[in-house]
Amino acid sequence: MTILNIQNLSKYFGGLSALADVNLVIASGELVGLIGPNGAGKTTVFNLITGVYQPDQGHIMFDDKPLEGLLPHKICQRGVARTFQNIRLFKDLTVLDNVKIALHKDVSYQLYAAILRLPTFVRGEASIEKEALHYLRIFGLEDKQEEIASSLPYGEQRRLEIARALATRPRLLILDEPAAGMNPQETQDLMELIRWIRKEFDLTILLIEHDMSLVMGVCERIYVLDYGQIIAQGVPEEIRNNPRVIEAYLGEEVS
Amino acid sequence: MPSSKRQWLWFLINIVILAGIFTLVQYMIATRMLNQYYQINLASMCINIILAVSLNLINGFTGQLSLGHAGFMAVGAYVAAVCTKSMDLSFIPAIIAGSLAAALAGLIIGVPTLRLRGDYLAIATLGFGEIIRVILQNIEEVGGPAGIVGIERLTTWPYLFLATVITIIVIQNLINSSYGRAIISVREDEVAAEMMGVNTTWYKVMAFMIGAGFAGLAGALFAHYFYIIKPDTFNFLKSFDILVMVVLGGLGSTTGAILAAIFITVLTAYLQAFPAIRMIIYAMILILVMIYRPQGLLGNKELTRKTFSRFWGGSA
Repeated sequence: MTILNIQNLSKYFGGLSALADVNLVIASGELVGLIGPNGAGKTTVFNLITGVYQPDQGHIMFDDKPLEGLLPHKICQRGVARTFQNIRLFKDLTVLDNVKIALHKDVSYQLYAAILRLPTFVRGEASIEKEALHYLRIFGLEDKQEEIASSLPYGEQRRLEIARALATRPRLLILDEPAAGMNPQETQDLMELIRWIRKEFDLTILLIEHDMSLVMGVCERIYVLDYGQIIAQGVPEEIRNNPRVIEAYLGEEVS
Repeated sequence: MPSSKRQWLWFLINIVILAGIFTLVQYMIATRMLNQYYQINLASMCINIILAVSLNLINGFTGQLSLGHAGFMAVGAYVAAVCTKSMDLSFIPAIIAGSLAAALAGLIIGVPTLRLRGDYLAIATLGFGEIIRVILQNIEEVGGPAGIVGIERLTTWPYLFLATVITIIVIQNLINSSYGRAIISVREDEVAAEMMGVNTTWYKVMAFMIGAGFAGLAGALFAHYFYIIKPDTFNFLKSFDILVMVVLGGLGSTTGAILAAIFITVLTAYLQAFPAIRMIIYAMILILVMIYRPQGLLGNKELTRKTFSRFWGGSA
């Protein structure tokens, strides 16, 4: 079953065509990679899916319903969550609060219950706390729940960002360069983690990555974007040997 | 509603402390140990605390720089004064009407301006605050530039005390809830908050409305304490005074806002004897705080039982 269906998606910034006629289809449960040289338009695709930008042409269908025109928080409520290329945690808040904020959209009590400290508030807060800790435990951050997010080491900040995205209970998780700045060992662990969360949470994952070992190792299917156009798609083995992809990454072969 | 025994104990201790403060002051007023001069400053103190704590919700917790707080105070003051003076309503409905009118003004001003960010929002709210003042100046029914005179003094210590406590409790309970975390996430990173499913526009407007509503409450109490209100009382310098308290106390700290409001009220009272150097000393203190402690007295931390027990090496 198709979960995300992008048809003829185009986006212009002024006269510059950032994306032209992009078609991308993801089936439910797939783990798909989106790669391409710097400036190819990968993050623009993510920003269009999550509602940061509005497309100039084309359609984005999630679960057969269009996402264009919706505000980002509505798209999140539909079941799309993302992480950011340059980490965007709530820096001055604790690790625990970062995850709790992602749980806010399903808060079980009303505002007046919070102000009057009614029993529904106490129960609601207890269940939020329990669930937030559950996500932190999965990512091995339980011991750091009271620490300020910006004081975590880089790799843990990346993990916290994924934990926060998962806490919105998405069905499609979009990861923008999750391994950026990680050492090979951390990247290896991240690969395991991505595989595991997909299985555990029954997720569909779309990820942008520069680290080829991660993309080739974890993705089932790969789309290659260059100058705003999809130049290739297929299983990792096909992509690795595709001459257009090699050309896009390494430049034309000297003949 | 406290859940454990320990929380119940603290809850009771807090009530006892509050009741103690209330009774003590009430006793001192009744026996004239506090003369008129002290009483006036006490009223100013309570009103300033309400103003600072409510502006802190907008500026400190939501991170939206608003410079129009005196405008909302004016709306509350005028509506409440008209209610008691011309419409013969009793005091409590008048206070409620003033607060609701200010909250409504907050909604009307918030919806268009909260799309703006940072400096732009500051200037827009400054402008709106001035518009409110100029409108009041031109309504003859409320006295025009001369304002409303001869408002009955209905604000007494019980009202002041109760209003201050309610303001602090409502805002603290709001902040320490999931709704409060949503509000703070807007300050931390609006884009990320939106991506995590937080309707950032709504929470900005909500915080703005609640803050404005409490400013209206402060205005209603003010009008019924000082007999006279005129548009000039609520000019942008008043907004600035409130902002100074919030910045001095630390953006995002309710206890900081309370302490700063008390400090500024006391300072103003003592410096009244030296009008020539009053503003100089006032400005010097601000400059020194900004140089040596730019995050404000308490930063974004709160003074809690934990802070105290840490100080005294206690056993909490």
